[in-house]
Amino acid sequence: MLPEFWFGTIAVLWAGFVLLEGFDFGVGLLLPVLSRDEIDRRIVLRTIGPHWDGNEVWLLVAGGATFAAFPEWYATVFSGFYLPLALILLGLIVRGVCIEYRHKVGTAKERLWCDRGVTAGSLLPAVLLGVALSNWVRGVRMDEGFHMTDSFWQLVSPYALLGGLTTLLLFTFHGAVFVSLRTTDELRDRALGWARRLGPPTVLAAAGWLLWSLALRGSATALGLAAVIALAAVGAVLASRAGREGRAFLGTALASLLVPIFVFACTYPDVLPGRGTPGLSIDAATSSPYTLKVMTVVALVVTPVVLAYEAWTYWVFRQRLTRPPVTAAQLTSA
Amino acid sequence: MSAETLARWQFAITTVYHFIIVPLTIGLSLLVAGFQTAAHRTGRKHWDDAARFYGKLLLVSFAIGVATGIVQEFQFGMNWSEYSRFVGDVFGAPLAMEGLVAFFLESTFLGLWIFGRDRLPPRLHLLSIQLVAVGTVASAYFILAANSWMQHPVGYRFNPETGRAELTSIWALLTNSTQLVTFPHTVLAAGMTGGAVVLGISAWHVRRGGGEHRAMHLQTLRVSAAVVLVCGALVSAVGHVQGQVMTDQQPMKMAAAEALWRTTDHAPFSLFAIGDVSRGENKVDVTIPDGLSILADNDPAATVEGVVDVQADAVARFGPGSYVPVVWLAYWCFRLMIGFGVLAALLALVVLVQSGRHRLEDSPRLLRLAVWGALLPFAANSAGWLFTETARQPWLVYGVLRTADGVSVGPGSGHVLATLVGFTLLYAGLGLVAVRLFLRIGKQGPVEPDQPDADPWLHPGHGDDGSSGAPLEPALVD
Repeated sequence: MLPEFWFGTIAVLWAGFVLLEGFDFGVGLLLPVLSRDEIDRRIVLRTIGPHWDGNEVWLLVAGGATFAAFPEWYATVFSGFYLPLALILLGLIVRGVCIEYRHKVGTAKERLWCDRGVTAGSLLPAVLLGVALSNWVRGVRMDEGFHMTDSFWQLVSPYALLGGLTTLLLFTFHGAVFVSLRTTDELRDRALGWARRLGPPTVLAAAGWLLWSLALRGSATALGLAAVIALAAVGAVLASRAGREGRAFLGTALASLLVPIFVFACTYPDVLPGRGTPGLSIDAATSSPYTLKVMTVVALVVTPVVLAYEAWTYWVFRQRLTRPPVTAAQLTSA
Repeated sequence: MSAETLARWQFAITTVYHFIIVPLTIGLSLLVAGFQTAAHRTGRKHWDDAARFYGKLLLVSFAIGVATGIVQEFQFGMNWSEYSRFVGDVFGAPLAMEGLVAFFLESTFLGLWIFGRDRLPPRLHLLSIQLVAVGTVASAYFILAANSWMQHPVGYRFNPETGRAELTSIWALLTNSTQLVTFPHTVLAAGMTGGAVVLGISAWHVRRGGGEHRAMHLQTLRVSAAVVLVCGALVSAVGHVQGQVMTDQQPMKMAAAEALWRTTDHAPFSLFAIGDVSRGENKVDVTIPDGLSILADNDPAATVEGVVDVQADAVARFGPGSYVPVVWLAYWCFRLMIGFGVLAALLALVVLVQSGRHRLEDSPRLLRLAVWGALLPFAANSAGWLFTETARQPWLVYGVLRTADGVSVGPGSGHVLATLVGFTLLYAGLGLVAVRLFLRIGKQGPVEPDQPDADPWLHPGHGDDGSSGAPLEPALVD
């Protein structure tokens, strides 16, 4: 009972991470194409400014919860997906520092380097997360001690690459919709334009990836979730075409957050299925009942508080950002 | 080199680096919260200036702490997967709690603090930075509880069925006797670090007159010197207790710290030795008679166990093998930790005395010394961290799991080498950028929010009116 609860909790933590950091990645990816000038770039980055760090914590807590609740899973996945994970970390480090330092460095050239860092640091995790999630669905080769024996190139199958493309497109679409929801005037229009352009390919890639995933490891629940993801993505496309960014955001948010839930539904009752070898099941990976009980109490007490203050920060910064009246002289003096 | 050696280097480099930044972040967040609280209570502008100014520097340090902290969270699984399998049931719990309780708190409220200055009521804005400070200290508690468990495992049992360590009491883990001394020692050292940095920056400005913010710099100079002195006194008092706990729990560590080879009563404390301490052959050895016995047991006649005897005991308990860490490293790190810490506290004391006599203006050399003195706690922190981790070797979890048995099986040495080189280069680059930024902002001093040099992050189109800060319009959400 408790191991299943924690399997579900970790799925929810991943869902929270993908929902929130998904649009952060999208904003980083779109930074070069959405902005016409320095003020645009400042506004685009400010849409995620107060939130991105808190959003990233969802990944850290997902990692920590996996460590505590399923040590075997944590050990197998993080040592097995060694290089992809190292590249994700590299991206996250560069991106975080560049977001924070961009507005503190002195020159336009240094700011440009920070912008490139934000985009590159968003690209790496946006692609590699899809690659990693696909490999969870596809299953990995493991020895009897649950040590992964796949090489890096065996993880980069066509199916996994389609997964990477799907998350890349989905996050970028999600980010475009998010920016359109958080800005006004030209910036909003440009973001909506990108949302319109990104929508259809996102739906295509996602549909292909979902079908391929179901063919590999389908279940009734997974099928249902895949249908909801597809509907939500189509809804987001229609809403963005109609210029309804609020509804479009609901669509991309729902589609994004259900992706990890879908992956977990595919692999259940394994936390990590095998490919030609026995998989790592929830029961084999779980911590002792006492540890799970302790973690459950902590999670039940703390999580509502966390959710409350995180939601509150989004409420505090709910206003759309808009360009100030500004002269060219003021801009160059910056 | 083997994957194990490379993984050890990687852990050493990334962790020592992380621990250069983290004490600064903890110390500065406490000080900035203190400055802003003072501003709120007294309504005096220079406290507000100090909170803004050092808040900027806090953000520079925070960004690096967050970035390098991500690696810490995942490195256990990447390079130390067998360790993770064996101890995850115990060790994972404080890590997960750290994320859930502390990381969410500090990151969310830091965002509110940065961007909420013009949007939140002053009281809530103050609460935000206070919660950031609480978050950094809570984070330290959980991660040090995890580390203390590696130094002195409690609240667990070995389960022969699953072949791993399993938690039996979270309370025992969180109130580990090692933790109860390690936590205050580390947080007080963080206070010294933040204090010494504020002291150094204030001294730099005061020596140059300080301009219109002279009053602020003089104020922060005095406060930070007092913080360094008080924290320094407390950190050594706690460290003394910690040494006794350590002697009791990890006798090898104390023996190595002293390069004490034979069990001795009336053991002297070696201040400085030339020769080969790792063989107990010292040509010059300046000692304090009975010093070590007092340090270890508060008794000049107390018997302190030496390396050779602890090794013999360990072989009898755990089987054949060497249980001796790198003695010269332990010996010198222990001395450098104490030495640098004492120097920082003495420097702060002299600054306070001169300040009390209103003689700071006549002491440019002291002020210059105080600028460089900002480095002392960093050196002490790194030495202490190296000491406590390396002198636990060959154990990963003391008496339970050897370092060699904790390393990942899968990733080959090529992979580990690649990430070792990658992270080292990346960290070096980040370090250069961060130090340059820190020095530039530090030298610039406080900037009024409506000046062109104010943070464009907060004021995307600064120069419009400056009073309302960010140019925002009411929500237009449909």
